[in-house]
Order: sequence, then C-alpha cells, then structure tokens
Amino acid sequence: MAEVTLVNIHKAFGKTKAVLDLSLTIGNGEFIVLLGPTGAGKTTLLRLVAGLEQPDFGNISIGGFDVTGTPPAGRDVAFVFQQYSLYPHMTVYENLAFPLRSPLRAMNEADINAKVHEIARLVQIEDKLQNQATRLSGGQMQRVAIARALVRSPSIYLMDEPLSSLDAKLRGELRIELKRIQTVLGATILYVTHDQIEAMTLATRIGVMDQGRLVQIGTPREIYTDPVNMYVASRLGSPAINFVPRNVFPDLDAPQSASMIGLRTEHLKITRADAHSATGTVTWVEHLGDQDYLHLDVQNQDVVTLSNPDSGLKTGEVVQITPTSPLFFDSKGERVRV
Amino acid sequence: MAEIKVTHVKKNFGEFVAVRDSTFTVSDGEFFCLLGPSGCGKTTTLRMIAGLELPSEGEIRLGGNDVTFKRASERDIAFVFQLFALYPHMNVRENIGFPLKCDGLGKAEIRRRVEETAQILRITHLLDKSVSGLSGGDRQRVALGRAIVRKPMAFLMDEPLGALDSEFRHVMCGELRALHNRLKATTVYVTHDQIEAMSMADTIAVMNNGFIEQMGSPREIYHRPASLFVADFIGSPAMNFLDTRASLALGTTEISIDGTVVNMPAMRIAVAETELVLGVRPEDVMLTDQSPFRGEVLGVEYLGTTQIVTMTTMRGTVRARVSADVKASLGEHVGLQFRPEKLSVFDKTSGRVLKSALHEGGVHG
Repeated sequence: MAEVTLVNIHKAFGKTKAVLDLSLTIGNGEFIVLLGPTGAGKTTLLRLVAGLEQPDFGNISIGGFDVTGTPPAGRDVAFVFQQYSLYPHMTVYENLAFPLRSPLRAMNEADINAKVHEIARLVQIEDKLQNQATRLSGGQMQRVAIARALVRSPSIYLMDEPLSSLDAKLRGELRIELKRIQTVLGATILYVTHDQIEAMTLATRIGVMDQGRLVQIGTPREIYTDPVNMYVASRLGSPAINFVPRNVFPDLDAPQSASMIGLRTEHLKITRADAHSATGTVTWVEHLGDQDYLHLDVQNQDVVTLSNPDSGLKTGEVVQITPTSPLFFDSKGERVRV
Repeated sequence: MAEIKVTHVKKNFGEFVAVRDSTFTVSDGEFFCLLGPSGCGKTTTLRMIAGLELPSEGEIRLGGNDVTFKRASERDIAFVFQLFALYPHMNVRENIGFPLKCDGLGKAEIRRRVEETAQILRITHLLDKSVSGLSGGDRQRVALGRAIVRKPMAFLMDEPLGALDSEFRHVMCGELRALHNRLKATTVYVTHDQIEAMSMADTIAVMNNGFIEQMGSPREIYHRPASLFVADFIGSPAMNFLDTRASLALGTTEISIDGTVVNMPAMRIAVAETELVLGVRPEDVMLTDQSPFRGEVLGVEYLGTTQIVTMTTMRGTVRARVSADVKASLGEHVGLQFRPEKLSVFDKTSGRVLKSALHEGGVHG
C-alpha cells in the first residue's frame, strides 16, 4: 500500500472537460469515495490513476514515484469494475490464482495456493473455490471479482461502482464486508459511486465531484453537516435537504447575505398546531418501509422531512414548523456561515 | 383496461416445479408487483399471464374472459422487457407508432395516437428527432411510449429497469408510478428489487420457491410480515431475529428472552412451549441504559439524520437505526429496548408468524 498524489490534473475529451484542475492526496490505508452524478468525472479520474487514460496536464504519483507516463501494467494498481468480468472457463480458484501466475511475480504454487485460500476465506468464498466462475450467484461472482483484486496487494485498489449491479440486500451485506476487509488489510482504496449510503458508510473521506471539479473533500460527517454550497448539501441525506427562500421564515435569525435556508430533518421542529398558529400543512405521508417521509406545504414550498413514527400526523393536518440552527446559502448557492 | 384473475395456477418444467399453486386477482387499474429472489417463479407467473408459457394446471382470466390457453397475440396485453430496445434507424415518431403499423392501423389514426402518447409522456418536442441522439431518460420514455400507444388491457413488465444504474432507476420508478397514476392501467410488474416494489406497487406478492408467501400493500408487507422469509427479504438493514424458547398464553403481552421480559402485541392464539423467533425492525430498536437486555457495539454507520448501530448480544447480532445524535462508540455496552407494538413473533419450525394484535390493524401501518 502507498500514498497516491494527484496534482492539478486536467483531462478533456474533445470539447468536454471531464476533469478540471483536480488535486487530491490519498493517504496510505485511506478509503476515499468519489461521489457525484453521472458525468461528474468520477470514472475518468479512476481511469487516470489506473493509466487507462492520460491526463492533458498535471502529475500523478504513487508511493512517491511519478507514474504520469507509466503504462497501466507498470503502476501496480488493481481495478474492480461494476460488472464481474471473471474468466468464465476457469474455476474460482483459477480466477484468483491468475494474477499471481504473472511471469513478473515468479510466485511458486505453494505460495499461490496459500494466498488464494487466505483471500477466499476473507471474502467468504472458500467453499466455492472449485466451482466454475459463471455458476455462481451475482453476489458470489462479485466477491470473486473483489477477491481477484485483493490477492495482488497492489499500491491502491480502484473500484468503479463494484456493488451497483447487486440487489439492495446483497449490496448492504457486501458493503459491510468490504469495509471490514479494508480495515483488516489496511488497504488504500479509491472508490467511485453515486450511492450516498455507500459513500457515507465506507469512506474515510468523501470527495464530492461536480462537472469535473472536486468541490469538497472531508469526512462523511463534515460533508453532511458542513457543506460548502447547495450542491454538496444536496448530495447527502435522505430525504434530501430542503431549500426554501429566506423570507419563508421572516422571524428566523439569519446572516445578512443569506438568501436561501437549507433544512434537513434535524433542523425542523414540527408540532401539531391549531388554525391560528399553523405555519404549514401535511400534504402527503409517503411510506417507504423503514422510513416515512412527511411532505409539508409551507407557503407553497414543498418541504420533505422524516416523519417521527410516534407523531401519527396525517394528510391535511396543520402544523407549526420551527427551524433550529439550519444552514444558510447566498444567492449564488454558496454557504454563509453564522 | 381489465382485471386479471389467476386461479390455482401451477407450472412444472419436467421435474422442476416453478409455480406451485398461485391464486391472486389484479384489480382493474392496479399496480401489482411480483417480488422475490431469482428462481422464485415470478417471471414464470408473468409469462403465463402473457401467454408465453402455458400453465400445467389452473386458469387465467383477463377482463372476465378465460385466456388460459390463448396465444399471446390474442390476449391484448403489452409485454415490456428491459426498457431500452429501440429501433435505431427510426425516429421517435416511427418507434412509438411501430406497434400500430404492425396492427394495420391507418396513417391518420397512428398519427393521432402517437401524438396523444407523446403528450402523456411529455416528449412531444422529440417526435421528429432521431433516437440515437436522445438522453437515457428520453430513450426510456420512448420505449414506454411504444408500450402504451396500443392501449392494451394490461401491461406486463419484467424487470424493466434492471439495466439502469441505481440513480437513474430511482428517477424512473417515480416516472413509472406517475405515469400509472395518469393512465390507471392494470400493471403486473416483476422485480427482485424491494425498493422498486415498495415505492411503486399498490399490492406486492412476495414469492419464494414457487409460492406466494404474502400478498398485501407495501405497508402491510413491511409492518406485518407473514413469514420469516418475507420479514428477512424486505427492509434494509434486514429485520433482527432473536431466537427464544417459550410458551405463550392467549392474550399475553410478554415474552422472555434470556430472562429479560420483552413486551409485545397481545397474542391472539396460545402456543405450547416451542422454538420461537422474535422479529424486530432496526428502527424499532432503542438504546437505553436501563434495559437489562445488553449488547456490545460492534460498528456504527453514520447516515446523517440517522445511524445504524450494530451490536452483539446473547442472541446474535442486532442492528438499530437511531438518531445520529445518540452517542454510541465501539466496544461500549448498551441496553436495548424494542418498541412493543411493532414486534412480530414467528414459529421457528414453520417460519410463519403467530397471530397477535399487530395483525388486527391496531398499529397504524
């Protein structure tokens, strides 16, 4: 494992600027998750680190060595894709042993055998080693794909939405396992996703990307509680943060330049009201299983918040809504701190 | 649009029994979801409704008519596979109008129907564009347009969003449901994705091993699971299961786990001493100092408003979804308390839930 440094990276495809002046240091043993919508430049960045793309400008170094011009094979990185991409004609064992049999490594069979078993145990597929790779469930195939990256102990693991083709239940299970494995191995990982739950639960630090730029990087808690602008604030949280114009709550203490108020569930105190004290109406209670969303109308603004299961609020009821230490933003969407 | 009635339908493929004995009715205008893991029989059920497979036994009625052995083409339904396949050499108008052209409709009628469809989907401005230049979302809308233009009696959809990335899938769920609200078309939708089912369906049928384990609204399925399988399949993180051995008297509101008395909804049946499983959703687990039921914190996953706290207890791992301001640190010993009115008790051997006050609608939900 090693530290990976990106300095002033630019990458364009024709007129499309995929990555714009991006600098980032990934510490040894760090789990960095790049979060952003499709087209934000996340995957391009991953491919730049892997050497599958060349930057137009800027430097990349791994473990202190400049690898900007080094081809992929010389970089000692391991890539895990969204699709399993296993060798279908090989058994699980052969799939895992394959990267170790590279002539560059000159590993003997006993060492290969030991390593394959060690990693297979870690990802809990040891009992499947003799199975044909394609005769496994989706979750097992993705475990094999991750294991094949893990056998190599490279400088850094690059993972491009490795869990997104799995169903919700499996995704949840593998997410927890991936975090455990990373902790056990002390692995350095650069991970791309647009799933905010993956980002929050896996990352040491989350990097939020927007149109090729790294807008903010910080711990999940920093990104969630202290976003630099409305874009970052809307990346995390379900239900998503509500933005309402400043004048919706005229009595609220706010900085001079604040033009928008950002309200998350924990910034809202909602109590049943009578017609006299009401500031909003319940328009819909949306049942999502584990959580209920309360949709409110506040002066023709939609506000969505997590419903307290004990409140028993129903559609049509009037409520009093009081913001408590919300976030403020100026007219350009930049954060205004109190 | 029409009602779909499936009565005692079975399907064998040689020795393999794909569908055991399915009976259900999809009401006119209902969004009905068949949900289950791969191999549970949901797609086979759908294909029998479509006429792509013939049942080994049973009857299928569409709008009151027996169609059990009718060909697919005689059933007046639209079958939607993954929503991406468009004819690349045709423009949007031709793509949407294609099924009508095949049915031999006149040009003026095709034009009228295509424009009406485009209006419903809000893609009128795209009608004369080539499909190759469209964004992913618009391509899906065109594919949907091709399905709805025929005004069939029912839509059958087999994992139509399976090929999409998760972000886009969520957007399309919202659009499909909004479209359903506008058209009120009888829809049978097959998926293994619980989030798709929970967010779109009026009724969900959860299938396992060729059986329908439970049928009900998303809320019923979630809050009153009929079996351990359903309880485990729906919800993320999954429901916590605590094993215990006990007897339960009629009307009792207490169950003992490791000597700790846990309150629960009043039992509506009596149970002689046997192996039981107490089921509790993560959001119904509370951390309190006082409770004698103890756990050690193994992991904390911060999610912003809430956090998932994973604990080891005498009865295995328990996950709690609690407010993010609750302090929980690794290695800490905490007391666990469960929301009594939300607990389910299952018979471990049969896997079925034991009837309690929870099943009488006593709890909202």
